[in-house]
Amino acid sequence: MRVCGVSVKDTTTLLLDEEPLITGNQTFSSITEKISGIVEGETNKIWFILLGLTSSLALMFFGSMGFLFWEGVGIWGVNNPVGWGWSIVNFVFWVGIGHAGTLISAILFIFRQKWRTSINRFAEAMTLFAVVCALIFPGIHVGRIWIAYYMFPLPNQMAMWPNFRSPLLWDVFAVGTYFAVSLMFWYTGLIPDLATLRDRAKTRFRKMILAIFALGWRGGNKQWKNYEFAYLLLAALSTPLVLSVHSVVSADFASAVIPGWHTTIFPPYFVAGAIFSGFAMVMTLAIIARKVYKLEHIITVNHLEKMTKIIMLTGMMVGYAYAIEFFVAWYSGNVFESFTFVNRAFGPYAWAYWIMVSCNVIIPQLFWFKKIRTSVPIMFVISILVNIGMWFERFVITVSSLANDFLPSSWDYYSPTVWDISLLIGSFGLFFSLFLLFIRFLPMISIAEVKGVLPQADPHYYEITKNRSRDE
Amino acid sequence: MAQIFPKFSNRIPLLVLVLTVLLTVSVVVFFWYFASPEYTDVGYSPEQPVAYSHKTHVDSLKIDCRYCHTGVERSAIAGVPPTQTCMNCHVLIGVNEESLALVRDSWFESKPIEWIKVYKLPDYTYFDHSAHIFAQVGCESCHGDVQSMERVRQTKSLSMSWCLECHRAPKDHLRPASEIITMKYVYPKNQLEFGSQVMSEKNLTPPTTCSGCHR
Repeated sequence: MRVCGVSVKDTTTLLLDEEPLITGNQTFSSITEKISGIVEGETNKIWFILLGLTSSLALMFFGSMGFLFWEGVGIWGVNNPVGWGWSIVNFVFWVGIGHAGTLISAILFIFRQKWRTSINRFAEAMTLFAVVCALIFPGIHVGRIWIAYYMFPLPNQMAMWPNFRSPLLWDVFAVGTYFAVSLMFWYTGLIPDLATLRDRAKTRFRKMILAIFALGWRGGNKQWKNYEFAYLLLAALSTPLVLSVHSVVSADFASAVIPGWHTTIFPPYFVAGAIFSGFAMVMTLAIIARKVYKLEHIITVNHLEKMTKIIMLTGMMVGYAYAIEFFVAWYSGNVFESFTFVNRAFGPYAWAYWIMVSCNVIIPQLFWFKKIRTSVPIMFVISILVNIGMWFERFVITVSSLANDFLPSSWDYYSPTVWDISLLIGSFGLFFSLFLLFIRFLPMISIAEVKGVLPQADPHYYEITKNRSRDE
Repeated sequence: MAQIFPKFSNRIPLLVLVLTVLLTVSVVVFFWYFASPEYTDVGYSPEQPVAYSHKTHVDSLKIDCRYCHTGVERSAIAGVPPTQTCMNCHVLIGVNEESLALVRDSWFESKPIEWIKVYKLPDYTYFDHSAHIFAQVGCESCHGDVQSMERVRQTKSLSMSWCLECHRAPKDHLRPASEIITMKYVYPKNQLEFGSQVMSEKNLTPPTTCSGCHR
């Protein structure tokens, strides 16, 4: 098709011929109405029930923490030789979950993946809440909250500093930076939408609160120009963080000399796993949210299908890492290393290992089929299985290597106690409580950005549609 | 659209910024100074059961530290003398002194005087006094100019960083064996050289690991 003597392909990438990202003939105002309506309308009954449930679990989380501080880490299953139990597993699990948000908002933004606009807001929020959960675990894992400040290099009268050569300290900086940058990114993205809500607000109080957080946004050209640039800079700033944070987390293990931990593949392997689990969590939440709030036109099956492809890709990367670990263990000729991996697959923790392999490597292979990639219930189940698998991956790495290391006389079997379990389940309670509060009080989809990918937003939209109707 | 906020609110962000900075700085300074042993511990000088004056006994009468504190060179704890040490002289001197009544009572009844310890280290620290004298650290380095004190006073913070200051750079603080009990000692110009010499002669390796003191 040619418009005014120029191939349309050159200017608009055949915008109108592409499958639209947003379906249901949406207009600018219908998008605003739809998304703001969730925040402004009556509170959904299901929301109350869910919040009641999740906040009870969150309460259990804090209660268990209280008992932990009172009684000490003896309430956990950790002992010699397994000194790192579920709290470390949970930490790595939650940090991993937190990787999808920044990947979607930063890396996909830089690669101009327009489909990110429908999911980036709540993926970023999910990231923040996952990192909150993650930060709690290293804080409590020694059971002495009153010396939590030891984690930070604070000047003190003891002249005592954390070990700057230890990845455990790098973790504090890496995860702290990640949280701060993710928060800034999320908030910057929120500003135009907060202004939209401010302008729609009915009561004076609501207007004022939103006006404070909208930072005087008026939507002028100059503001948009600065905003876009700031957003790009933040995206560039957070892109390396997506890769660095989990690399540092993996260094907690890789820098130790325990067989099964001391491998150079850990950083990329952990990053791939983190994105894998993060996308699975985004998918779980997206499927629930679009169903409950009827957002099927904005978070379309098309979006979900794109996510399944990323899950499949990262799942295969993780599978490759599992395979390479075995290869290197054999190729190294190191008896301890070889033993560790044979022991993982066929030793006392074989059950956990095979849960991990089936959930992370085998099940995502189903996404090769278009039918499964477009079936919402199946992908919902798979997304949950992926996160179960990823939790077990961290469990297998942390526990199996410690339980059976160099000296057979020190081997022992680790099993969790009820407090380990209550802290894990409780952390889910906190995570979902925060998420539910978020979707009730803030626009869970970026109104401004979704409008930007509507066909009407293209500068040539009216030109093309006019010409097209003339051609016909 | 009507304005939501009055005009003066333009100044609020600046005000908040300034207040945040001020508040942060003052909180940090407050804790840095007032919560440190430099403030809380230095100057501790409890009233003792007997108003014993180091100034009189050491400065005027020139009694050697070790006449009373006999264990300083050999024992892990420096020690406070028994009443007998006082009575070695006070059976003849000041026998009717009002201020010495408690000392005499203690002697007759064989009941120790309950001196109040000034230089207290936490129970979780291992400290050996004799090791420090062996290493030729002057009394003054930790206890200050006791010779001029009417009532003993804590002059150093005894914080961990204070200990480490010397353990990390002991050369600055070592003296000739003959000068250990000297007060107001002036370090020579070649102190570093001398300090290194003492360290190598006596093979001194002050611990800076956790278990050096927290055993």
